[in-house]
Order: sequence, then structure tokens, then C-alpha cells
Amino acid sequence: MERKFNILRSTAVPLPIENVDTDQIIPARFLKSTSKEGFGNNLFRDWRYDANNNPVKDFVLNNPKYSGSILVAGKNFGCGSSREHAAWAIADYGFKAVISSFFADIHKNNELNNFVLPVVVSDKFLKSLFKSIDNDPATMITIDLPNQIVINEATGEKEHFDISPYKKECLMEGLDDIEYLLKNKKAIEKFETERAEKWN
Amino acid sequence: MGKTLFDKVWDSHVVNSIADGPDQLYIDCHYCHEVTSPQAFDGLRKRGLKVFRPDRTTCSPDHNIPTKNQHLPIKDETSRLPVETLSRNAEEFGLTIFPLCHPGNGIIHVIGPEQGFTQPGMTIVCGDSHTSTHGAMGAIAFGIGTSEIEMVLATQCVLQPKPKSMRININGKLNHGVTAKDIALYLISKLGTGGATGYFVEYAGDAIRNLNMEQRMTLCNLSIEMGARGGMIAPDNITFEYLKDKPNAPKGENWEKALEYWKSLPSDEDAVFDCEVSFRAEDIEPRITFGTNPGMGIGISEKIPLAPEESAAKISYIKALDYMKFKEGESLEGKPVDYVFLGSCTNGRLEDFRAFASIVKGKQKAPNIVAWLVPGSQQVRKQIIEEGLDKILEEAGFELREPGCSACLAMNDDKVPEGKLCVSTSNRNFEGRQGPGARTILAGPLVAAATSITGVLTDPRKIKS
Repeated sequence: MERKFNILRSTAVPLPIENVDTDQIIPARFLKSTSKEGFGNNLFRDWRYDANNNPVKDFVLNNPKYSGSILVAGKNFGCGSSREHAAWAIADYGFKAVISSFFADIHKNNELNNFVLPVVVSDKFLKSLFKSIDNDPATMITIDLPNQIVINEATGEKEHFDISPYKKECLMEGLDDIEYLLKNKKAIEKFETERAEKWN
Repeated sequence: MGKTLFDKVWDSHVVNSIADGPDQLYIDCHYCHEVTSPQAFDGLRKRGLKVFRPDRTTCSPDHNIPTKNQHLPIKDETSRLPVETLSRNAEEFGLTIFPLCHPGNGIIHVIGPEQGFTQPGMTIVCGDSHTSTHGAMGAIAFGIGTSEIEMVLATQCVLQPKPKSMRININGKLNHGVTAKDIALYLISKLGTGGATGYFVEYAGDAIRNLNMEQRMTLCNLSIEMGARGGMIAPDNITFEYLKDKPNAPKGENWEKALEYWKSLPSDEDAVFDCEVSFRAEDIEPRITFGTNPGMGIGISEKIPLAPEESAAKISYIKALDYMKFKEGESLEGKPVDYVFLGSCTNGRLEDFRAFASIVKGKQKAPNIVAWLVPGSQQVRKQIIEEGLDKILEEAGFELREPGCSACLAMNDDKVPEGKLCVSTSNRNFEGRQGPGARTILAGPLVAAATSITGVLTDPRKIKS
């Protein structure tokens, strides 16, 4: 998995549905694997395949018009279950960024922890982006992490997006939280000692 | 300015604040089940790490376990593997586990409080979004992903941006036939599934104060369904009474010391919340959902609302109704139902079985209903039997199963078949949640009970006892 994120320029796959929950991203029956690999095959499984495992033609992932490493989704993306398998499935399928006007908290963290960038844009920008992709599936989008700017190249619209400086650095350098915490163990032990003293 | 309950607990657990970044939060108590943890243990092995504080993690397999014949090996190999992996990991890393068939086994969010691990003022995490349940005790409890489980195992900390605070006040007297589940479903439909995203909720007001602990757990459990990071209720005498004799509660002098601390936790009178909303208890009637997220709910006597005007919202709304095979403006009362599920970390406690039994006592299950009655834990099952509720249920034609998450997310054999309609006391009515193509109406235990004896969706207030 490529961990470092800098500037991404790509076409996008549009999913103009609101409140996409993590049960849709990866249904529970596919959570039985004890590894992190291979979840991309079952990304959006029940929207992508029918009961006989045949691809559903209308679904965006089966439509050859759409491709790219950016997923554009309706608001409140990733609500529901905390399963990180949803982020693994998105990353494993090949998406490097998800654009939406609103993300559920736990899923947003899970994406960040897997070096997939959740980009929060305004409702207006999102609507216009869906329209551009609908008009021309070859619409290019640029996500510039260093400058925190997302560009719809079809219309030239630009928007700033927020990310904490800490997480930005993690993504740009390919560092994860656990590496930070492990370096900080002395402070944890000190915290524990001080708290124990307070209680005795 | 005074501090909120949430601020008091959060601030006392911050090991370090990263400038312009998240807080490093110390975790007192970590719960672990078999679905979201294997990759975290693998991560430890790859990095050559041990569990930093093994005494702060408790494990219980719950999602994949069958609810019949638990003494036999699990038939489905894909379910057996994660259950066995959890046992192996617990042994290798020296963690407490309540394995299948152990008298302490059950859904992790049911056993945590009943064992007394969950206590006021704690920080609690689990790789499960319904960890918010434990907020009922006055703890900060929230769901995390697998990467974060690995962080907790390795360092007993997570990195979290501090959420904003929201207080939801519910004052007044609850109507007859209204349960904590109905309060939660009411709030979720008012605020929406993302209405509390970014917030940590404190539930307050006299209607909340009057709830017992199990009802409070049901309410806090569903906080995530309105997007909240978690929900909590200030600890009071009801909390302390519940906790007092639990196996892992502090004892003797330690109890007194803890009690003094816990009593200091409720929000100060002059504390200010980032957002505050109020509702009247009298406005709440038994609730049901009609769509494919928990926010798509109505009072049982109401009709399904018309689709919203705005195009993106309308597409999602119509898609949900098509899936459910319901129509705008339709009433659901009297609609034939196929399955009834009583259980889950939302409604799988003794209180819920008492409520269910109070309706079905002396009556008979409708022949068209397949009913799954699944206690949240071995201990709940034992209490049901000790109280004689099992006899009432049996005489009414119901069978009491063995504990687990069961049909809430259908990872075991308890799957609702495609197209069938289930009235479920669980927490999510997402597409396919209870099995591919299954259609779910969320409701409280009283609606589930009334429906199971009439065979059609029924308002429990219309059942004569």
C-alpha cells in the first residue's frame, strides 16, 4: 500500500447516494477474514452483484464509463458500524481519496489510518462535481494535499478543505499514529504513576 | 466557567495534546470481540510488541456465535475461525476472556456493565460502534477502528480530536407503552443519522433521570445512530446501586473513595455546551422505522412521510422505500410481519425480556411469525430463567435461545431470508443488515411483543392484558 499522499489528479467514480453506511460498503458476512487483504472484491457487494453473483449493470463500479482513484459520495458517508474493513475495502479496490460533503466520525478516522484521504467539500461543490462527472465521466479532479485545495477541472471550481496539521503530516510522510504513540511511552507511564498517586 | 461531565472525564485522561492535532487519550478499559480485533493482534506480532496493560482488556466472542447448541463446535468454519482466533490471541497476550459457554460470555456491551468493568468516569473503547452503551454509567465510551485497537493494545492510548459537546434534555413524564428505545428512535428521527456527528452527547432531564440503568444503556447504545461519538448520563444513586455488588466494582474503602469522585462528575450548573436541544417526554409514542436507516422513523400511529423535495435526498429516500416495499403516505400498523427479533446490545437485557413477557403472558405467538428471542448474555439468560420468564415465553409458544449478537447483523446462522419483513429490537435497519434482501423495522420490545402475538405490526397499547 502506498502510504504517502501528496497531489492526486484523477477521474472519479460518482456515488450520489446519501447516508451510505459501512454495511453497504462491506456487508457483515464478509468480515470473517482475519487478515486485511482482499476486501476490495466485496466493496459495495450487494449493490454491485445480484443474489446470483452477477454484476448489476447499472451500478457505478460495473459501469465502464467510470474509473479513477477518487470516490465521490453523497453526504454522511460511512455512517453506522465502526468496521475498519470498510476502509480496507475502499483502499484495496484502489481508491486513494473519498470526496463528500460530510463523513461519519469513526469511518473518517479509519480512512485516515489507512492513508485514504477523506475530503470534505461544501454541498454546492459536491453537487457541481456530480453534475460535471455526469456530463463527462472523464472529468479530472485534483486533490492538492500540501495546499489543501480540491479542483473540479471541468468547471475550474476550487475549494479549500480542512485537515489537522498533524494528520496532514502523517499522510504526507506516510506515518501512522501507533508510531507516534510508541515514541511517547514514557509520558504514558508518567501519566499512570501520577494518577495512581492521586488515588492512594 | 463550569465544566461538563464530558469535559471532566476527557480532560483527566489527556496524556498529551498535539498542537493543532488530536489529544492523546488514556484508555481505562478496552473491550474486544472477534470481528474487529484479529488484524490488530497481527499488527502487534509484526511489530514485535506485547500488550502494554493486559489487565485493561476484556474479550468475549459474540458476533459469530450460534444461538443454539453452543456446547457443540461451531459448524460454520468461517465463523469458527475468528472465534478461535480471539481465544488464541487472548491466551498468547495474557488477556481476560469469557469464551463461548462460559457463564460470563455474552455480547461485550452487555457483559461489561454486568461484570462491573464499566464504571463512572472511565474512558472505554472497543472496536464496535455500540460501545456508546457504556456511557450510561457516566463513562466516555466510543467505538474505534482496528488500527486504533492496535494502538490501545500497544500503548493503552488513542489519538482523538476532542469532540464538541451537546446536551439533549428530555423533561416530563413518558407515556404508557413508551420505552428507552422509543426515546432513542424519536431523537434519531428528529436529529437525523448525522445530526450529532462530531459531538459527544449528554442526556439529561427528569425523563432521563427516571430511567433505570438498563434503559439508560439502551438509550446511550443508540447515540451512534445519530452520528454522535458517544452518549453519556451523569452518574447518580441509580448508577451506584446498580454497580455496588458487581464482581469488578471497587470494594470497601476503595468503593467510598470512588463514590466521592463519581459524585463530583455531573456537569456543573454553569457548564456551557456547544449545542443544547430539548424535547418533551409527552410527545413520544411507541416508535417504528420505515426506511433503511434508523433516522427514517415515525410514531406507530403515523403515516410514512412524503419524500423530501431536494433531489439528492429524494433519490436516497425513494431508494429506501423501494427496498422496503413501502409507499409514501402509507400506515404500517396492521402490516403482516414474518420475523420478530428480541435481543442485541440494544435490547437484550433482563428489562427487555420482562417487557416482552408482560405483553405475551397468557397469549399465543401468531403462527405466521418466526420469533428469535436471544438474551444478551449467559447471565441475562440465567436471570430470565430464575424469574420464571422462560416459562411465560414457553407457554406462549416462544423459545429462548442462547446469547449472542445473532440477527442484529446476521453473522451467524440467524439470517432473515430475502424479502421477509422483520420487526427487530436491534439497532440498524440498513439494507441487508439482517441478511441479504431482509427488510427490517426497528422497534422496542413492547412493539415486538405485540406484533409477535397478532402477526401484524401492532401498537402495544392496544393489547389487553
